[in-house]
Amino acid sequence: MRLPPARGVALSLLLLTAILFPLLVDNPYLVSVVITAYVTAIAVYGLDVMLGYTGELSLAQGGFFGIGGYSAGILMATYEVSFWIALPAAVVMTAALGYVIGLAALRTRGDYFAIFTLAVGVMIVIIIERWEGVTGGTDGLIGIPPPSSIGPLRFDSLTAQYYLVLFFLVLTIYVVWSLVNSLVGRTFVAVRNSEELARAVGIDAGKTHQLSFVISAALAGLGGALYAVFLGYIGPAMGGVQMTFMMLVYLMIGGVASLAGPLVGTLLVTGLMQFLQAFAEYQMMALGPILVVVIIFFPKGLAGLAKLLPERWRR
Amino acid sequence: MSAPLLRVEHLGMHFGGLKAVDDVDLDVPEGEITAVIGPNGAGKSTFFNVVSGFCTPTTGRVALNGVDVTGLAPHRIARLGVARTFQTTKLFPEAEVLDNVIIGRRQHTKSNVLDAILRTKRLRTEAAECRERARQALEFAGVLHLEALPVGSIPQEARKRVAIALALVAEPQLLLLDEPAAGINEEETSGLTALIRKVVESGIAVCLVEHKMRMVMDLSDRIVVLNQGKKIAEGTPEEIRGDPTVIDAYLGGSSHA
Amino acid sequence: MTLFLQQFVNGIALGSVYSLVALGLTLVYGVLKVPNFAHGALYMAGAYVSYVMLTSFGASYIVAMAVSVVVLAVLGGSMEWLVFRRLEGKTPVHSMIAALGLLFFMEGTADVIWGPTFRQVPTPFDGVVTLLGVNITEQRILVIVAAVVTMVGLYLLLKRTLVGMSIEAMAQDREGALLVGIDTRRVALLTFAISGALAAVAGSLIAPLLLVFPNMGELIILKAFVIVILGGMGSVPGAILGGYLLALAETMAGTYVSFAFSELIAFGLLVLVLVIRPTGLFQKGV
Repeated sequence: MRLPPARGVALSLLLLTAILFPLLVDNPYLVSVVITAYVTAIAVYGLDVMLGYTGELSLAQGGFFGIGGYSAGILMATYEVSFWIALPAAVVMTAALGYVIGLAALRTRGDYFAIFTLAVGVMIVIIIERWEGVTGGTDGLIGIPPPSSIGPLRFDSLTAQYYLVLFFLVLTIYVVWSLVNSLVGRTFVAVRNSEELARAVGIDAGKTHQLSFVISAALAGLGGALYAVFLGYIGPAMGGVQMTFMMLVYLMIGGVASLAGPLVGTLLVTGLMQFLQAFAEYQMMALGPILVVVIIFFPKGLAGLAKLLPERWRR
Repeated sequence: MSAPLLRVEHLGMHFGGLKAVDDVDLDVPEGEITAVIGPNGAGKSTFFNVVSGFCTPTTGRVALNGVDVTGLAPHRIARLGVARTFQTTKLFPEAEVLDNVIIGRRQHTKSNVLDAILRTKRLRTEAAECRERARQALEFAGVLHLEALPVGSIPQEARKRVAIALALVAEPQLLLLDEPAAGINEEETSGLTALIRKVVESGIAVCLVEHKMRMVMDLSDRIVVLNQGKKIAEGTPEEIRGDPTVIDAYLGGSSHA
Repeated sequence: MTLFLQQFVNGIALGSVYSLVALGLTLVYGVLKVPNFAHGALYMAGAYVSYVMLTSFGASYIVAMAVSVVVLAVLGGSMEWLVFRRLEGKTPVHSMIAALGLLFFMEGTADVIWGPTFRQVPTPFDGVVTLLGVNITEQRILVIVAAVVTMVGLYLLLKRTLVGMSIEAMAQDREGALLVGIDTRRVALLTFAISGALAAVAGSLIAPLLLVFPNMGELIILKAFVIVILGGMGSVPGAILGGYLLALAETMAGTYVSFAFSELIAFGLLVLVLVIRPTGLFQKGV
């Protein structure tokens, strides 16, 4: 799988822009907005693995985001565990929970799967709110420290945190890209296309769904953990159904089953919402209809629109 | 005497009170074409679904090369060498023909998530091998020239051939064809008949459910006739043609060809 | 015994509301074949319309409820007309996402208009009737009676009118319905309108007993899903029976075990049912 040269150049330019961004923009607020968008985008990639490539709508993604955040937050704030241990631990924890929930949830498909995962999402919030001793209940958890330094590398400045998050975002995109462009990704798509046909050619559809769901949860856990550490705080709303909904909005606007979709959608919508901060209270009122319009008229989002451009524009 | 490739014994599939398949015995020997025919609702499709593992039979057993496979999941049966097609091809219309077929080889590969992320040699070798095999299967089915087109843009007959290529790429021992000639014209049907004959000549046994009598009579070594879930006759095309029970139940009433 | 009877009556009142919400959901599922996540928002909107009629317009309770029913029928119908109709032929995932968009639009709108504060809805039926030592508020009696009247009305509509029979025909077999000349679009529109009206009745009835706020539909819609999955997606008797059973189970568990436990019953049931029978209890297997 080699990239066409023009695409390689475009990608390098994009990466360069991302690397130079905090140096060129002397606006800490803007940098922190972009950091938030990056960590959310990581979870949105997870949502896309399940929805875009495997074809099932998981409404527990916000919940998994919260689990990742709380796992890292509790380990670091309460038990003073180092970030470098807490982060992988949070990812593994979320993936493991995803596996267990998947065992039950993936006995269903389609509408029942969506309902089931929605219920799981709601239950996760209820548990977070009720388990006050550990999670801090509705007040949330404060005092999550920044990542500890590795040798000369310190992570207490905004710029350093920006690069840390960017690293994990690039890693995520690479992982998703390499999955999609492999026999594993082909297996996901085959199951999405027709589960019956996939099984008839010898694919274990159950195992495939399970794998996709675990990867999806792990990415949500990674995003959530980074989010908690970056903010230094975590509250139950982070794991809420509204979070899932926002991720869905980002994904649908950016474009499902496309490599750029999740990042583009998340950056664009978060950016727009910052511009329109004065209208913050109208956010949900506006995003609902936008989602509906996208679904009806541009079901493949911006990435789908980009594909409609003439071939030569893309090369 | 060694066991036949596929042996079905006393197979029954009941839905509530309805016996869709009722005490059916059937053997598919190696290197032959066996057809299963019968009027609508005779239980042919259910029979296929049971053999390929999509339904667990209420009674009876299914054996491959003498090994009991009754109740195994479809992907396990597929990996034991049974490929099948569907009445509607179920291919992914937006994807290219070649991409649709490659996945049929997946059962012979071992690459996992780690291979994908680390881009291991195994992944690259297997991916290249799948691609090559898929192209060979397309060539065998006579549709290699369409490999780069989306399935949705190619004619119905070509899609049937792609579906057969997809089934063949796994190198099965037995191919189950569910109404391969549904929805295509006479000329295309004879083309498909030739392809099926070629499949058998390459050493793969075929079991076929079909309505088009001419195709069945042309192709089959043996024919099994089902009516209301029961086997009412079995024999060579000549024997079936002259069997009064069959004519009564099926050929006499409405003509299907 | 008195406690049991008291809780039994409370459970029946709650069940009446659950059933009404589940009924709307199951009817729409029957024709659309997609869970309408926005149904809980219709219930919330129904409560708010009644609230506004009662507090701002000084309408009588019955008038408020009637207005709410009409408004929500229009709202439900427009959902179908503006959104779901345009997604015909697309995958169910498309419709589910659109439903989520509608849900958040309606909740967001309520939040903008009325804010996140909890609102108390006044009722003229605030007296208490004592029967066999059990105290029943008049509002609860009203809830039970009105719900039963609505259900009987719905039953007559489905069984005795052409429209109703078309809805049932379409729920059973969409293509068949099209073949026998049923205008499936009109039926879908009407079904959504009916489902909106049912949500309005439910929301208006419960409003004086609970508080009204923008997210009030979120929990009940999940419970309605549980009921509908238990009773069989698309089944009317299943929705009614399931609604009463779940509410009774919750009330009794809340009384005799603990409140937290009663909250978990619905989800526990959902997990249990889907693990045992992934396609729902009363649906035929694959």
